[in-house]
Amino acid sequence: MAQRGIREYDAKRLMAKYLPEYGNIKLHGKYVLVTPDKSIEEAAKENEWLKNEKLVVKPDMLFGKRGKHGLILLNADFEEAKKWIEERMNKPVKIGDVEGKLTHFLVEPYIEHDKEYYVAIKDDREVDHIYFSTEGGVDIEANWDKVITIDVPVDGDIEEVDIKGMLSKQLEGEELERVVDFIKALYKFYVDLYFAFLEINPFAMVDGNIIPLDTVARLDDAATFWMAKKWGDIEFPAPFGRELTPEEKYIKELDEKSGASMKLTILNPNGKIWTMVAGGGASVIYADTIVDLGYGKELANYGEYSGNPTTDETYEYAKTILDLMTRDGKKGKILIIGGGIANFTDVAKTFKGIIKALREYKDKLKEHDVRIYVRRGGPNYKEGLRQMRELGEELGIPIKVYGPEMHMTRIVKIAVEELGGD
Amino acid sequence: MERPDYVLFDENTKAIVYGEQRNAIQRMLDFDYMCRRSKPSVAAVVNPTRDGYIKVFFGTKEILIPMYRTLKEAAERHPDADVMVNFASYRSAFDTTMEALATPTIRTIAVIAEGIPERKERIMAKEAKKRNKWIIGPATVGGLRAGAFKIGNTGGAIDNIKALKLYRPGSVGLVTVSGGMVNEMFNIIQQNSDGVYEGIAIGGDRYPGSTLLDHLLRYEANPDVKFMVMLGEVGGMKEYEVVDALKDGRITKPLVAWVSGTCAKVFPGEVQFGHAGARAGAAKETADAKIEALREAGAIVPNSFDELGEAIKEVYEKLKKEGKIVEKPEIEPPKIPIDYKVALKEGIIRKPREFICTISDDSGEELLYAGMPISEVIEKDIGVGGVIGLLWFKRLLPDYARKFIEMVLMITADHGPAVSGAHNAIVTARAGKDIIDALASGLLTIGPRFGGAIADAAKYFKSAYERGLTPEEFVNEMKAMGKYIPGIGHRVKSVQNPDKRVELLKEYAFKNFPSVELLKYALEVEKITTAKRNNLILNVDGCIGILFVDLMKNVGFKEEEIDQFIEMGGLNGLFVLGRSIGILGHAMDQKRLKARLYRHPYDDILYIHPDEEKEMFGGE
Repeated sequence: MAQRGIREYDAKRLMAKYLPEYGNIKLHGKYVLVTPDKSIEEAAKENEWLKNEKLVVKPDMLFGKRGKHGLILLNADFEEAKKWIEERMNKPVKIGDVEGKLTHFLVEPYIEHDKEYYVAIKDDREVDHIYFSTEGGVDIEANWDKVITIDVPVDGDIEEVDIKGMLSKQLEGEELERVVDFIKALYKFYVDLYFAFLEINPFAMVDGNIIPLDTVARLDDAATFWMAKKWGDIEFPAPFGRELTPEEKYIKELDEKSGASMKLTILNPNGKIWTMVAGGGASVIYADTIVDLGYGKELANYGEYSGNPTTDETYEYAKTILDLMTRDGKKGKILIIGGGIANFTDVAKTFKGIIKALREYKDKLKEHDVRIYVRRGGPNYKEGLRQMRELGEELGIPIKVYGPEMHMTRIVKIAVEELGGD
Repeated sequence: MERPDYVLFDENTKAIVYGEQRNAIQRMLDFDYMCRRSKPSVAAVVNPTRDGYIKVFFGTKEILIPMYRTLKEAAERHPDADVMVNFASYRSAFDTTMEALATPTIRTIAVIAEGIPERKERIMAKEAKKRNKWIIGPATVGGLRAGAFKIGNTGGAIDNIKALKLYRPGSVGLVTVSGGMVNEMFNIIQQNSDGVYEGIAIGGDRYPGSTLLDHLLRYEANPDVKFMVMLGEVGGMKEYEVVDALKDGRITKPLVAWVSGTCAKVFPGEVQFGHAGARAGAAKETADAKIEALREAGAIVPNSFDELGEAIKEVYEKLKKEGKIVEKPEIEPPKIPIDYKVALKEGIIRKPREFICTISDDSGEELLYAGMPISEVIEKDIGVGGVIGLLWFKRLLPDYARKFIEMVLMITADHGPAVSGAHNAIVTARAGKDIIDALASGLLTIGPRFGGAIADAAKYFKSAYERGLTPEEFVNEMKAMGKYIPGIGHRVKSVQNPDKRVELLKEYAFKNFPSVELLKYALEVEKITTAKRNNLILNVDGCIGILFVDLMKNVGFKEEEIDQFIEMGGLNGLFVLGRSIGILGHAMDQKRLKARLYRHPYDDILYIHPDEEKEMFGGE
C-alpha cells in the first residue's frame, strides 16, 4: 500500500471520463494504448480517428524526458505511427542508468497549439499544493520562479480559495475563466479519485477546450477498496526496466490475496547473501547492515514478511527464495532468517512453514553449501528457535540460531565473516 | 485528573478498545498487573456487532469488561477513559478515529490499521491538531509507558515484558517509525541502560498522526526522561523537523538517532520498502542524507545500526557519571500464571482429553474424513457411499460396495405417505412445526416394527447360518419360538408378483459381489416359506439386511465388527438415512401445499365406552 505511478494513458482516460462531472470541461478522450498484445491496427477498428487524424506517439512506461531521448513522434499519419511503433516495440532502450524494453505506447491526436500552460498538484501534510504557470513545457524547472503556488487545506474547500484573484496577474478575460474552471475541476477530481500526484506539463487551450498534452500521475493504491469501480481495471506498472520476475510476481500475488504482508525484490540473482526477514522495519535494517559491512554487491534480495502470516504463506514465501538461491550451482551462500522481537506474531508458527520449505530443499541447499543464520524473538520464540536448531542437526546443514540476547543484526557480521573470500 | 500536557499515559490511564481484540486486551491487562496497577487499563470495549461483556484475567482473577455497540455509549459510561485503542480495519478506521476525535472525553487515539489512504490520514492528523488531541499511528502497534500503560500488542507477551523489565520505568524516551521495531528497540535499550521510560511507534505511513518530533518534544519537557532514542526511516522529511529542533534548541537532551534505509543507495532504481512511506523520492529523503543532517545538528549517530547499542550505553554511562541518572533498586514484578494455551503450545503442561474422535478432523488446514482430505473426497468422486464408508467404518470401501450403499439409500428413500414415518411427518408439518420437527417425528417411528426388519433379518439369518442350521432347521426353530422370520413376507407381493426392489438388489449383488453366501442361504429359506404360502417371500428389508452382511464379509470386516455393527443398530441407521430423504420431501410437500392442521375424522374412529368394554371383555 503506497503511492503508485500509473500510465499516462490511464491518467488521461480518467480525466476524460470524470472531469466533466466537476465543471464545464470536455476532453476529446481519444487515447489508445498499443501493447505487444494490442497492435495499432487492431485499435483502429474501434478508433476510427487513428486513421483520419494526425497523431502523437510516445512510450507510456513511467519514465519522463521522452523528448530528450528522441522517443516522441509528432504530427504523424497512421502508417508513419504504425511503422514508428513497430520499429521500437520490444526493443531495449537506455533511460538514464536503466535499460528496459519498450512495450507500451500511447497514441493520441496531434493538436496544433501555441501557448503551453503548466499545472501540477502535490500533497503535503496539511495542504495540497497546486502549481500553475503560463509558461509550461520542458523548461518548467528553469522557469520555476514564474510558477504560482495555490495551497488548499486538506480539510478545506477549493471554492473558498481565491484562485481567480491569484491568477489574474497572468491571465484575463475568457482565458482566465476557463483556466480557473479547469483548475477547480482538476483539483476536485484529484481529491475524489485519490490521486497522490498529478502533473500536466504542458496543457493547451484550443477553442476554449483544455487539451492535456503530457501527464504524469500517481494514485494512492490504499484507496483501491473505495475506488475499484471508478478507477476501473487500472494497472500499476513496475518502474521502467524493473519488470517483475515470475517469482516477484508470485509473491506480489500472494501478498495481495493475504491479510499478512509479503514483499520480494530481487537485487542480484547471483548474489551470495539471501535474506528472509520478518517485519517491514527490521528487513530494511538487515539490508542496511549488509551494505554497511561492504557486501552490498552480494545482497541478492530485499524482502519481508509480517502481519502474522499463516504457515502456508511462509512456506510459499520461503520456497520461492530457496528456489531462487539454489539455481546457479555455485557454492558458498548465506541465508539470513532474521527479525526483531515480534509484538504478536507467533514465531514458531511462521517458522513451521519455513522449516517445511528447508526440508524440501535439503539436497539443493547442501549442493550449494548454504549456511543459515537465524535470529528472532517474540511470542513462542523459544519453541521456534528449538525447532530450527534441531532442523540443522536433522538435515546436516549448518544453522546457527540466536534469540533476543543477541543484537538483532549481529548475525550479519557473523555470517559475512564466515563467508570469507571477499 | 490534572496531568501535564507532555504526559499521554500514566498508571491511572484508562482506555476504550475499539474492536473485540481479546488477545491484545489480555496482554494489556497482564501488563497492568505486572506494573502493580490497582485497576485494569481497559475500561470498555466497542464492538458494533455485539454488546455485553468480555471475560479476561486481571492477574489470577477473572473480570468482566463491558462491551458496547457504539463509542458514544462507551464514552458516556466511562468518562474517565481518555485513550482509544482503535483496532478497526483500514476500511472503517478513518470514520471511527474521526468519531473518537469528536468525543470530548477522548484525548489520545492509537490507530493500528495499515493501508488507510493518505488523504484520510492527513484529514485525521489535521483534525487532531485542531482539537489539540493526539493520534499515534496509523499502521503501528502503538507504544507503551513502562510501568504504567501499554497500547494493545506493544511489547508482546508476558515473558517479554518481564525479560525487558517493561513493568517499571527507565530513563529513556524512545520514538520509532516502525511498529515492528519498537520491541527490538526496547531490547537494545534495556541491554544498554536502565530501560525505557516510554516508547512510541508512529507508524510507517507517509502521514502519521503524530510525528517523531511531536514525541521527542514531549520527552524533552518531561523531567523523568533523561535522554532520547530515535529510529527514523528512509523516505519523507519527518527527520528534518528533528534536525531543526536540535539546531534551534527545542531539543537539549542527548538524542541517540539512527535512520534505516542506508541500503537504498545500492539498489537499482527506486525500491518500495515494506512501509508505505519508505521510499526516497528525493535526495534529501535518503537515509544517508538524514543521518548526516542529524549528526551535524548534534544528535549522537553511530556508524551503523549494529553499533546503536554501544552509542546508547555511552550516553547512559556518561549521564550516570554526571549524576543525572540515578539507578533505582530493582523491584520484582508479581507473577502471572501462564496462560493455558501458551503453556500447552510450549509443551509445559498436558491435559487428559474428555472427548475422543476417530472419524474426522477439522482442526487442521483441511477437513479430513477418516484421514482423507475433503478435496480428495471430491476429486476421487467417491460418492455418498464412499463418505458413509469413511465416516461409519473409517475405510474407503470398494466401488461395488459404495454403489450398493447408494442403491440402498435410493431404494429406501420413500415408500409413500401412508407408512408411519411419512404419516407422522405429514401430520407434524401440518401442525405448523418446521421441517426439522417433522423429520424428527417421522424418524422416531423407526424401530422394531417400522424399518427394524432390516437389522433383525441380518441378525437372525446370520446367526442361523453361522450355527450351521439347515434352512429347514432355521424355519422350524423360528416356528417353535412362535416368531415370524424377520425379512420374510409381504402384504401384497408374492412369488408370482415379485417386488421390483428386491429383484434389483439381488441382481446387483449376484453380478458385483465377490460372494453372496448369506443371500443364497436366505433364498433357500424362501423356498421353504413360499411353499407354505406364496407371499412369504424374501422382502426388501430382509434382502438389504442380509446383503449388507455379505457386503461386510466381502470387504473384510471381522465377525465381531459385523456383529457390533448390527447390535448398535447400524442397519437402522442406513434406513434412517435413506428414509430421511423421503420424510423431508413429504414435510416440504405439505409446506408448499399450505396443508392445514390435520384432524383425524370422527367416522374413522371406533369409540368404545368403559361399560361397553367391560361387556365385551368381561371382568369387573
